[in-house]
Amino acid sequence: MFGNHANLAPSGLTSMRQTSGNGPVISNISRRGFLGATGGILLNVALAGTARAQDANPLSDVAGGDALPSLWVAIGEDGTVKITCHRSEMGQQTWTAMAQIVADELDAPWENVEIEQALGDARYGDQNTDGSRSVRYNFHRLRVAGAAMRTMLTRVAAETWNVDAQTCVVELGVVTHAESGRQKTYGELASAASTQTVPAEPEVGLKTREQWRYIGQPIPSLTVPRIVRGDSTYGIDVDRPNMVYAVIARPPQVFGKTGAVNDAAARAVPGVLDTVQLPDLEPPALFKALGGVAVVASDTWAAIQGRAALEIKWLDGPNAGASSDTRRAELEATARQPGDVRRNRGDFDAALAAAATRVEAEYYVPHMSQSPLEPPSATAEWTDGKLECWAPVQDPQTARNVLSQVLGVAVEDVTVHATWLGGAFGRKSKPDFVVEAALISREVGRPVKVTWTREDDIRHGYYHAGSAQRFEAGLDADGTCTAFLHRTVFPTISSTFAPGADQPSALEMNLGATDTPFAAPNLRVESGRSNEDLRIGWLRSVCNIQHAFGVQSFADELAHAAGRDPKDYLLELIGEPRTVDPTQEGAEYPNYDASLEVYPIETERLSNVIRLATDMSGWGRDLPEGHGLGIAAHRSFLTYVATIVEIAVDAEGEISIPGVWLAVDAGTVVNPKHVRAQIEGGVLYGLSNALYGDITYTDGAVDQWNFPDWRLMRMEEAPRAFNVEIVASNAPPAGVGEPGTPPAAPALTNAIFAATGQRVRTLPILGADRFRLSRNS
Amino acid sequence: MAITLNINGENKEVDAAEGTPLLWVLRDHLKMKGTKFGCGVAQCGACTVHVDGVPTRSCVTPHDSLDGALVTTIEGASGAAAEAVIAAWQAIDVPQCGYCQSGQILAAAALLEETPDPTDDDIDAAMSGNLCRCATYMSIRRAIKNASTAL
Repeated sequence: MFGNHANLAPSGLTSMRQTSGNGPVISNISRRGFLGATGGILLNVALAGTARAQDANPLSDVAGGDALPSLWVAIGEDGTVKITCHRSEMGQQTWTAMAQIVADELDAPWENVEIEQALGDARYGDQNTDGSRSVRYNFHRLRVAGAAMRTMLTRVAAETWNVDAQTCVVELGVVTHAESGRQKTYGELASAASTQTVPAEPEVGLKTREQWRYIGQPIPSLTVPRIVRGDSTYGIDVDRPNMVYAVIARPPQVFGKTGAVNDAAARAVPGVLDTVQLPDLEPPALFKALGGVAVVASDTWAAIQGRAALEIKWLDGPNAGASSDTRRAELEATARQPGDVRRNRGDFDAALAAAATRVEAEYYVPHMSQSPLEPPSATAEWTDGKLECWAPVQDPQTARNVLSQVLGVAVEDVTVHATWLGGAFGRKSKPDFVVEAALISREVGRPVKVTWTREDDIRHGYYHAGSAQRFEAGLDADGTCTAFLHRTVFPTISSTFAPGADQPSALEMNLGATDTPFAAPNLRVESGRSNEDLRIGWLRSVCNIQHAFGVQSFADELAHAAGRDPKDYLLELIGEPRTVDPTQEGAEYPNYDASLEVYPIETERLSNVIRLATDMSGWGRDLPEGHGLGIAAHRSFLTYVATIVEIAVDAEGEISIPGVWLAVDAGTVVNPKHVRAQIEGGVLYGLSNALYGDITYTDGAVDQWNFPDWRLMRMEEAPRAFNVEIVASNAPPAGVGEPGTPPAAPALTNAIFAATGQRVRTLPILGADRFRLSRNS
Repeated sequence: MAITLNINGENKEVDAAEGTPLLWVLRDHLKMKGTKFGCGVAQCGACTVHVDGVPTRSCVTPHDSLDGALVTTIEGASGAAAEAVIAAWQAIDVPQCGYCQSGQILAAAALLEETPDPTDDDIDAAMSGNLCRCATYMSIRRAIKNASTAL
């Protein structure tokens, strides 16, 4: 998720870098040897404002800076268009989206497009694949890059024919001189085009929307044809000559230490080659290894068996005695005390005192695990003081920098290959598992693959932290909300990086708290302070999870308190069409690292998706006995989503989900098929967590161990029908990977209330062991 | 102890420790990486292969229990049902990250072998052992129905 980890510290949590709004810098570097013997043309697209002067052949004004080129696009003499994708592919189809954008403006035949995954390197600019922003960050500069190449190819053809370039037309990789009918393919022109000067941005002739060939179309995925044949390389699939396999016994507590070790039985397991004790973890946790003892073997199974045979005396660390029950009680107590004011409009206290009706409610959301189906796994090869790693990392640059620091080698001596990611959801933003592999490889002098078992993943993660929230509201005699208080208490992810950090950052408050779009004349958002006992980190949509659950549940509670329809009341809470600027009300509001001018908070877009989704769902229709419809709407990652969930509760209290209806306004959409997939998956991820997700801990150690007690939604529990409408929009592109998740949980619990009258204020709704609602919960 | 396994129609000599699950023999010994590790306790289905045509969790199946058995992995998935499933998966881009999809495809192919025209309940029964954290369940359900129609 969030964070731009140039160093071990999460600079992104405290500082933001503005990258939108400026044009890219593109220069022609075909003659610098990058193409090798293949010939052709290679364009270097630099991050806006970060190109070195000697590289820059500006397509737009450049503010300066020292970053190196960020992205490579090449055309070979065979016409192949090769795009080096610097973002990590984890199922969100970033390969396909990036290629669609470039190939469209280039007007290249789709079948000629190839993707190559970039190494982790600062010259690519931001590679941190989180925050649902790969398309948003790269849309414009990739369009310009594609269009610039098209212009250069056209110009060289025109020069060859000694005609005016304006009289030439381009279609699908062929330049045609209209009058004479002469034609040349991109492949034929590529080498000659490499001598061309890169045109300035105004000269590149971006297509109009009507001319787009691939953008906005459901182009098939570039990864799926390999996946369906089992021909795909995730981190766990990497193989190196002479490689050995390791699993690690880690201290049950974060910052617990390794005491006496007896590895005799482990070494006696057939296939076990060695054991390696890793350094104890000292605060702060950062992305360092957790410590413990690694068992190195000739295959993964032998390593797992060897680990089971280890005898280790674990020593308590500072988290001894910590429990999630105790932490929860503290969070809830804090939520009942005045907090730090993070946004204020009017005078909440006075308005509450004058209200005809007062409503209050408290909500609790527990710790959760990202649990991508591919557990963390990394392969490292330490050779003569240099390190090469292959791993499913969301940010190979962060991995590279962390490895450099932990192992004490120069960044230039560390190579990080980002493989495909078998799911990530924020877990693979944290490269601790790559550090483990590197430490062990250096110790044993061979390539080492570290595999986390599922138990390791569930017990030793970077969790979504537990949170408590308290809401208070005052309604006037007509039921209109005149006073609204949201107090949120959760440990800051900064605590993983800075011991003692106890106040939610602006970036975290940005996620569904300080950006509440409600029109109540008196509105206050507060945060409370808390510490944390585990390593915590980003999980798909992050604090939006608890904030959307709290805000949208409470909105539903207010509707019922006012005796109003929840949809009508939600629209009334949002109020008249306008833009909302939290910075005018004392909030520090990063707006997902985007300008509020380009990406304002527009209430009408939120209201619009509410009206669309409720229409789709037949809101207000007669429902069978035991059924209920719930609504929730939320803006996150600059995208507006409204979700309607229908649930059915049978006589025994068993829940099923007959249908979900959702409208999403994500601005300009590159691939509607994949947007729909991300939205559906994001909703089900949220529903799964809301129904079952509950990480608890005792004596500082996580209680759950594998999918039986860290339960995930299965096919039989998924909705039977799911309808998505994507709003046609010319607004700039926004995020799609995460925005489906936040409104899912409150739409579900609001539906449960509609069906049963039971108000769910604590998640999970069921947990691992329960299959039915209790009658009185 | 070396034994011979029949995988995707080929005999493979394997020398792994007694009791080593088929999953790790496939992945670490034979370097066939299409079969995935997800949980190790037969709870997620990522490691699904066919043993004599039956979907089987390779993570809890000792390789040395498979003498004389015919093992099919994603790399060798073929036949009308499997090809229909693969084509249907590709037609609507079922996979997101794709990590669980070898298991999903093999489970779906076995379903359609037995039940060419499955109901929603049939799909639930056949597919609920296969977790997908990307939650591609809606697409899987659609694709199974499309594959059924194509068959």
